[in-house]
Amino acid sequence: MAEMRYYQAVTQAIQEEMARDEDVFIFGEDVGLVGGTFRATEGLMAEFGARRVRDTPIAEAAIVGLAIGSALTGMRPIAELMTMNFGIVAMDQIINHASKMRYMFGGQINLPLVIRAPGGGWTQKAAQHSHAIESWFMNTPGIRVVIPSTPYDVKGLLKTAIRSDDPVLFIEHEILYNTKGEVPEEEYLLPFGVADIKRPGRDVTIIAWSKMLHEALKAADILAAEGIEAEVVDPRTLDPLDYNTIVSSVARTRRCVVAEEGWRNVGVGAELAARLQEDLFYDLDAPILRVASADVPTPYAANLEKQALPNAQKIVDQILKITL
Amino acid sequence: MAIPLADQLKMYKNMLLIRRFEEGVAEAYADGLIGGFTHLYIGQEAVAGGAIASLNHDDYAIGTYRVHAHALCRGTSPRRLMAELYGRTDGICKGKGGSMHFFDNEHYFMGGYGIVGGHLPIAAGLGLGIHMRSEDRVVMAFLGDGASNQGVFHESMNFAKLWDLPIIFVVENNFYGIATDVRVSSAFNEIHRKAQGYGMPGHVVNGMDVIAVREACDEVVSYVRQGSGPVLLEARCYRYQGHSMTDPARYRSQAEADLWRKRDPIPRLAKQLLAQDVEQERLDGFQTEVNEIVADSMQFAEASPRPGPEALYEDLYAENYGG
Repeated sequence: MAEMRYYQAVTQAIQEEMARDEDVFIFGEDVGLVGGTFRATEGLMAEFGARRVRDTPIAEAAIVGLAIGSALTGMRPIAELMTMNFGIVAMDQIINHASKMRYMFGGQINLPLVIRAPGGGWTQKAAQHSHAIESWFMNTPGIRVVIPSTPYDVKGLLKTAIRSDDPVLFIEHEILYNTKGEVPEEEYLLPFGVADIKRPGRDVTIIAWSKMLHEALKAADILAAEGIEAEVVDPRTLDPLDYNTIVSSVARTRRCVVAEEGWRNVGVGAELAARLQEDLFYDLDAPILRVASADVPTPYAANLEKQALPNAQKIVDQILKITL
Repeated sequence: MAIPLADQLKMYKNMLLIRRFEEGVAEAYADGLIGGFTHLYIGQEAVAGGAIASLNHDDYAIGTYRVHAHALCRGTSPRRLMAELYGRTDGICKGKGGSMHFFDNEHYFMGGYGIVGGHLPIAAGLGLGIHMRSEDRVVMAFLGDGASNQGVFHESMNFAKLWDLPIIFVVENNFYGIATDVRVSSAFNEIHRKAQGYGMPGHVVNGMDVIAVREACDEVVSYVRQGSGPVLLEARCYRYQGHSMTDPARYRSQAEADLWRKRDPIPRLAKQLLAQDVEQERLDGFQTEVNEIVADSMQFAEASPRPGPEALYEDLYAENYGG
C-alpha cells in the first residue's frame, strides 16, 4: 500500500487508463499546461502530449458536447469541468443530451464518457461556488453518478468510470483533494453499485458520501464515547445505488440518518428516507432524519457558512434525538 | 464541375421522396397515427437533397428536429422512419425517439435533436473524434437560422476553428425561428458572415436550387476534407408549412409564401432535366415510384407492433446493475 492524496489518486487513475487505452483522452479548462486547478491532471500533458491532454476555452456546454460527439466516434473522452458550479452552464448537454441519447435513439449507441467535476463548499466561496448538487443528476435517468470519499475509492471508481460504456458524472470534492489515504500498489478497479460500510455499528446507520462521509466518521467517534455505535455506509455511487446494503444496514440498526452536503429540500436524503420507510416502516424504532445544508444560497461570512453547512456535530445532534 | 446526370436524377428522386414522405406524414398525423411534435421539410428539399449528396457513405451527418429528409437522403429505410413516427418496434429508434430523434448508426446519421443548437457541440465532438483517430471523414452539421443566436453555436464555431476540425456547418436559413423573423432575432442577419468572427470561411447559396447547393457543398466538403478546417454554408430556403404540424403560420403573408413557392426546387430541377433530354415519362415514373415507397412505408408502419411493456426499461444503459 502507498499513501497518496485524493487528487493524486485522480491523476494516477487517468494516467493508468491513458497508458492502457489509446482512445482515452482528457480535456478541460487548464487541465494541460498547469495540470488542473486542483493539480488533478498534473504531469499528464508532459507524458501524453497536447493531443491527448487538451486545454480548452471556457465553454462548459461545448466541453461536454465535445465529449458526447467524440464518444460517438469510439473515443473514450474524459471532460473535466473545473467545478460542479460550472457544470450548471453545461446542464443542457448533460441532461438533455448525454443522459438521453442512448435511450431515445433506441440503444443504437454507447456513450463511453466521463465528466469529472469537484463540488462542495466549506471555504467561503459563497453562493455561486459551493454547489453540492448530486441529487439533480440522481434525479436524471441515463447518467451514472459516482461520488467518492477516499483516495482508494477515487482511484478504483475512476478507472471503472473510464472503462464504462455509459456516461458517468464523477463528482470529486474540493476539500478532499489534499486528504490522504492508502492505495494499493497493484492495479485494482472498484465496481459501481457497491456501497462500502466504512464503519460497522449496531445502533444507528449513517448514510453519507464524499466530504460528509468524513463528518459522519467523526460523528461516529463522538457517539462512541457516548456508548452509541453508529454504522457508516458510503454508497460511493448514487447511480447505480446499492440499496440492498443500505436497507439491510437500516433493518439491523432500526435507525437511520442521511447526511448530505446538498440542500435538504428534495435532496438525496429525501429519496432515501422515502424508500427506506416504504420497506421498513414497521421495523424502524425512530423516524429517519436528515442532516443537510440549510435551504439558502451558501453565504460567504465564515460563521454563516458554518451555520448553513452540515457537519459532524449536527449529525451527532440528530442522532441523539433518536437514540436517547 | 458539372454534376453528372445520374446524380441529378438521384437528387431529383430524393427530393420527390422527401416531399411525398412529408405529405404522407401530414396525412398520418391528421389521422392521429403520428403524435408529438412533427416538423415538415416541404419547400426545403433542395438543401438536404443537394448537401448530403456531397458526402461519402462514412461521413457523419447530424441535424435538428426537422430531420426526416436528412435521414432519407443518408439512405435510411423509409419503412423504418415511418414506423418510428408511428411509434412502433420496427422504428429506426424502436419507437423511442419519434419525429425529432431519428438516428441511424448504419448510415452515419448521428441524430436529430430537439434543443435548438444543442447538437452543435456534439457535431464539434464528432469532428474532434475524427481528428483524434486521424480518419478521412467529415461532419456535416445542419442547423437553422434560429440556432445561430444560441450560445453553443458560438462555442462550437470557436472550437471547430480553434482546432481546425473537419466540419461543414450548413445553416438552413428559412427566415423564421418558429414565428420570429430572422430580422428581429439576429443583430447580424447575414448568417454566413458570422463565420468571419471565428476566422472561418462563410458562404451563401440559393437553398431552393439543388444543383447550386450540391456544387457549393462539393466545394466546401472537398476543402474541409483536405484538412483546411471548418466552413459555414448558409442555404436560403423556405418551409411551405408552419413550424410544426400545429402551426398555421399566420405570421407570414400569402404574397411571401406564393413568391417562394414559385421558386420550388422540384419543378426547377425537372425543367433542367428536360432540357438535358430526360423524358417527362421518366420523371413521372420517379413520382410513381416514390408514391409507392411512401404508401408501402405507411402500410409497413401500421402493421409493425407497438413496443411491449418490457421495452420501457430497455436501452437506457449499456451496463446494468441490480438494485
